[in-house]
Amino acid sequence: MNNSVTNTARLLGAALRALLVLTLVTGVIYPLAVTGVAQALFHDKANGSEITADGKVVGSSLIGQQYNLPLKKGQETPDPDLRWFQGRPANGLGSNSLNTRYQLILSGATNLSADSGAVHGTCPAEPEDGTLCAQVRAAKAAVVKDNSVPGHPVKPAEVPADAVTSSGSGLDPAISPAYAGLQVHRVAARNGLSVAAVEALVKDHTRSRTLGFLGEPRVNVLELNIALKDLAAKR
Amino acid sequence: MGPVLAGVLQLLALIGVLALVYIPFGTYMARVYSSQKHLRVEKWIYKGIGAHPDTEMTWPAYLRAVLAFSAVGVLFLYLLQRLQGVLPGSLGFSSVNPAQSFNTAVSFVTNTNWQSYYGEQTMGHVVQTAGLAVQNFVSAAVGMAVAVALVRGFARSRTGELGNFWSDLVRGTLRILVPVAAIAAVILVACGALQNFSGIHEVGQFMGGTQQWNGGAVASQEAIKEVGTNGGGYFNANSAHPFENPTAFTNLFEVFLILVIPFSLTRTFGVLVGNVRQGYAILATMGAIWLGFTALMMWTEFAHHGPALQAAGGAMEGKEVRFGVGGSSVFAVATTLTSTGAVDSFHSSYTGLGGGLTMLSMMLGEIAPGGTGSGLYGILIMAVIAVFIAGLMVGRTPEYLGKKIGGREMKLAACYILITPALVLVFTAASMALPTPPHSMLNSGAHGFSEVLYAFTSAANNNGSAFAGLNANTDWFNTMTGLAMLLGRFLPMVFVLALAGSLAEQQPVPVTAGTLRTEKPLFTGLLVGAILIITGLTYFPALALGPLAEGLA
Repeated sequence: MNNSVTNTARLLGAALRALLVLTLVTGVIYPLAVTGVAQALFHDKANGSEITADGKVVGSSLIGQQYNLPLKKGQETPDPDLRWFQGRPANGLGSNSLNTRYQLILSGATNLSADSGAVHGTCPAEPEDGTLCAQVRAAKAAVVKDNSVPGHPVKPAEVPADAVTSSGSGLDPAISPAYAGLQVHRVAARNGLSVAAVEALVKDHTRSRTLGFLGEPRVNVLELNIALKDLAAKR
Repeated sequence: MGPVLAGVLQLLALIGVLALVYIPFGTYMARVYSSQKHLRVEKWIYKGIGAHPDTEMTWPAYLRAVLAFSAVGVLFLYLLQRLQGVLPGSLGFSSVNPAQSFNTAVSFVTNTNWQSYYGEQTMGHVVQTAGLAVQNFVSAAVGMAVAVALVRGFARSRTGELGNFWSDLVRGTLRILVPVAAIAAVILVACGALQNFSGIHEVGQFMGGTQQWNGGAVASQEAIKEVGTNGGGYFNANSAHPFENPTAFTNLFEVFLILVIPFSLTRTFGVLVGNVRQGYAILATMGAIWLGFTALMMWTEFAHHGPALQAAGGAMEGKEVRFGVGGSSVFAVATTLTSTGAVDSFHSSYTGLGGGLTMLSMMLGEIAPGGTGSGLYGILIMAVIAVFIAGLMVGRTPEYLGKKIGGREMKLAACYILITPALVLVFTAASMALPTPPHSMLNSGAHGFSEVLYAFTSAANNNGSAFAGLNANTDWFNTMTGLAMLLGRFLPMVFVLALAGSLAEQQPVPVTAGTLRTEKPLFTGLLVGAILIITGLTYFPALALGPLAEGLA
């Protein structure tokens, strides 16, 4: 009995020492070494790929932002500022339930299911509030309304899926070229630019698939809006 | 080029790169575990531990060392979280509460990485790098050690000795995981993943005002999170977060990191048992299931069945534009067929059948190709079952790799395959039957049931991904998923090591004309069939209530 207690204690001692030594290697030396190399070779990227415009940091090329008008009195959700290209919906960005004092960007998805809000296998015309059917329907109606300008109506069937769904992180920095194209007429009208000029801008900022087959073609909204601001200022 | 073709090309590129590294990397790992030489740094470590790396262990001794090391790991990680409030470098976060600390400690030690917390709002630098990331390394090394011990059981005869756990643990960490993770981390940073120790800070925005970011050693943790098939994200959004997985290239690269060790270990197995063709047969089994599941996933996600997805015009809910449907599908299958559980898109918002596939992938026992180490020992247990079934058909004592599969071996293998389903189904049933746990469900109906079934499938199989609509941060789910993870990790290991010990004692039987040739395609077919039938029979009723009901509605 005594013997087995001693043996167990000795084994746990060895286990603890093994853990501490391996913590030193994988939990201290490894992250510090990688950080050293990262900061030396890829300083900008290791620190968040910040973008500056007019000498000021305006965000990261990797993190999506919202382009909204200031909140009006009594409003809970701000209206989009239609001068600028709009990103994807971000209904998954949770309210800060923990540690509100930091107001960190909390990343996250809606996690709503494909049949959320459905009745008898289809989305009804007026789905229950808060369901995915309701979010998609509302987003689609808003995209159609916001982007229809006189002489250029947008049909619901033209709205691409990324314009009406929330991304996995809620911080998606990109939209599909189709969604960017859909916004061209509106953005041109609101900024007093020609449709052709804005179309050319979108084309310049459309990134095709990496190596021709990795991922999907995309447009970085922040970079596009910075270029748009320059173009509008020059006019 | 259409998105479907691009998705298929990504899959083909992935297969090509995996095939390229298979032989050199698999052979290298075999050398790591069979070499007689110790590196100088390893000798220092053994001195620090106070262990003799050349002392052979019998299976009970090996198991005791595994359990002691893991128990100490749980305790250490628990205390680290409980003390976070007074530690430096914790970004001002307070200590984690007891139930969540227990859950998280168990989760990372068992290679599950189920997360009931929000990374960016709960864990500071010290807990992330010196606590969670350390277990990412060592829990993977423990899995590989147990797998190698089982392989030694097949390879050795008339001895009860399975090697030395401390040596296997240290070598797996130092010679395999650290170098691969270090290279991968630098590549990830080069593509845009964060790697710094800055605190919480404000960053200006285009429209004025600021965003708040916290920095961190993200890339270094991301790399080992995939290589060690762990899956615990630095941020809440896991690999969907642009700072963890910035581009379409990193997305496919991370899938490669997830798959490279589990697939290549079949080569290690072949080399160590002295017949690489045995390894190819296992590889073919894993590959067939993986490819089949990926094809099915792409089909259902591109078809985007499901009312809300039809209304949206595509299955983009919970998916990032830069990965698209193709890249997300490849990731989702790889992460659930291994014990990873990292996500680049949110499984809860997949089509009904797509969500069901992620669940079925885990229910197979994560063996195609499975977790680092746990995938190999899992599929070898299935191989033992398959030769037993074949033996019954022809009325001959079954053998595998020259070892007789007798009553004792079969009992151990049967216990192994029963334990996880028992955990999944009992815990799910209990959660549904009790009055309060169902309140955690976000969605209602069949999908709500799927959330709970997914949670326990993920926990007991040590996957760690979630139908994240479920609010798992309650005392019930923290405690019960914690128990499911512990039992789902260590009970199977007991049976694996006992089986290894029993096999190692046997005298090999010579190959005769009547021996079932386990390196031939016929056996691969038999093995795939056995895996699908056993899993199907076990889980079909539960699946019918959840994802099948949703997908066929």
